[in-house]
Amino acid sequence: MKKFLIAVSALTMLGGAAISSAQASPSEDLKQFRAYFFKKFPGVKLQDYANGIYALDATRRFEWEAMEEFPPYEDGVEVGKKLFNKYDLGSCFQKGGIGIKQYYPYWDKKTQKVRTLEQDIMACLKKKGVDTKKAKIGWKKGKLAAISAYMAYTSRGKPTSVTIDPSKASLNAYNKGKIFFYAKRGQLNMACADCHVYNAGMLIRGNLLSPALGHTTHFPVWRRKWAKKTAAKKGKSGPLDGFGTIHRRYGGCNKQVRAKPFKAQSETYRDLEYFHTYMSNGIKLNGPSVRQ
Amino acid sequence: MRKSAKLITAASSVALLLGALAVVPGVASADEALAAQGKKIAENRKKGNCVACHDYKGAHLAGNIAPPLVAMKARFPDKAKLRAQIWDPTKNNPNTIMPPFGKHEILSEKEIDAVTEWVWSL
Ligand code: HEC
Ligand code: HEC
Repeated sequence: MKKFLIAVSALTMLGGAAISSAQASPSEDLKQFRAYFFKKFPGVKLQDYANGIYALDATRRFEWEAMEEFPPYEDGVEVGKKLFNKYDLGSCFQKGGIGIKQYYPYWDKKTQKVRTLEQDIMACLKKKGVDTKKAKIGWKKGKLAAISAYMAYTSRGKPTSVTIDPSKASLNAYNKGKIFFYAKRGQLNMACADCHVYNAGMLIRGNLLSPALGHTTHFPVWRRKWAKKTAAKKGKSGPLDGFGTIHRRYGGCNKQVRAKPFKAQSETYRDLEYFHTYMSNGIKLNGPSVRQ
Repeated sequence: MRKSAKLITAASSVALLLGALAVVPGVASADEALAAQGKKIAENRKKGNCVACHDYKGAHLAGNIAPPLVAMKARFPDKAKLRAQIWDPTKNNPNTIMPPFGKHEILSEKEIDAVTEWVWSL
């Protein structure tokens, strides 16, 4: 039992229909990735993919649009903005940190690693002398996610613009992310692609599976499930309860198949984010967004 | 008559509770009892959870990822083949999304026997 929690049982998944081979260039991958979805969902336009399952199902979309009328994340974004200003985070970023989320994640030449927005926010907080432990600023939710949500909010409407650096180390990171995405894992032996490529649009029990194309545009998300869980734990609800970063989601989706989740901001998830986000290049940011 | 019907149900549920396969004369056969046990395992979210992907007669909120489980005896005249599909579906199709229930020890051998019996009854 235990061994399945860690072991990736098959690395042969790259034979799948959406990606040609491990060696294909990122731009070839991108072309095939979307060609696959365009064929599968002929009525759905590229920009619609930003809306996840709501791009596929009219009834669910109707409910969702009603939720977005009075967005439950609005107060949380306001908290994020206050924190952003309070700690003068704009000074650590280009353009004062406004309207730049579309460039994340990026290849950091200095460290030779993929770098995420959350990492840059955390580094800036440290630079400003914030005791993040004392201020209870963690990686996956709460205040950090709120700051990230505010920065996402200021980037709404900008097309995802991730550059895959052509250096060997960067391509290696990209490929690691891609392999992770297609590799079966966990006791239940499922890959991200099993649910979000090959069976996108299908129902797993009552859950409609979203296409991976457009997945990254609306993070951090506000999930009702997370909001309920946090509120139940604290005994009262607060404006940040529903927020979660994309790494929080990765962890949840790993746990679903009884695989051991990786740490938020681990190299594994950052590489995954690099590949995953690049696939959505050109799709406009619309975060934060509400999800179930 | 009524009374005996009640007794019979009681007897068969006791048999189920004990996981006993003893044949209660005139009531459910051992196979049927095993199938009933299999159905419970199949519908348990933490066990088979087959209904997440497969529809079948009487299924509640089934998913639609996988082919519906119908006419199984006709499609799998050989019960051992059916069991093998449940034990390790990746043998037939390495890319399948169906979990390898036996190979990855999601279900015990006994549980797989029961689930196989149930699927075969569909
Ligand atoms: C067993 C099926 C399954 C697997 C395997 C799986 N997911 Fe998910 N995932 C879901 C379901 C169900 C949801 C919620 C409905 C939806 O939006 O698709 C979801 C949601 C998501 C979302 C949020 C989508 C949105 O619009 O907000 C992301 C991102 C995601 N998954 C990424 C991944 C990644 C990356 C992997 C692999 C590490 C993965 N998933 C593996 C079932 C799965
Ligand atoms: C996550 C999805 C999923 C789950 C859970 C699942 N299956 Fe399947 N199953 C499939 C798919 C998809 C197929 C189609 C064949 C393939 O993919 O190779 C299949 C095929 C089968 C077949 C062969 C059907 C045929 O007509 O050839 C049987 C029998 C079967 N499943 C039984 C089960 C049983 C019993 C369980 C639960 C213990 C189960 N499945 C759980 C996805 C699933």
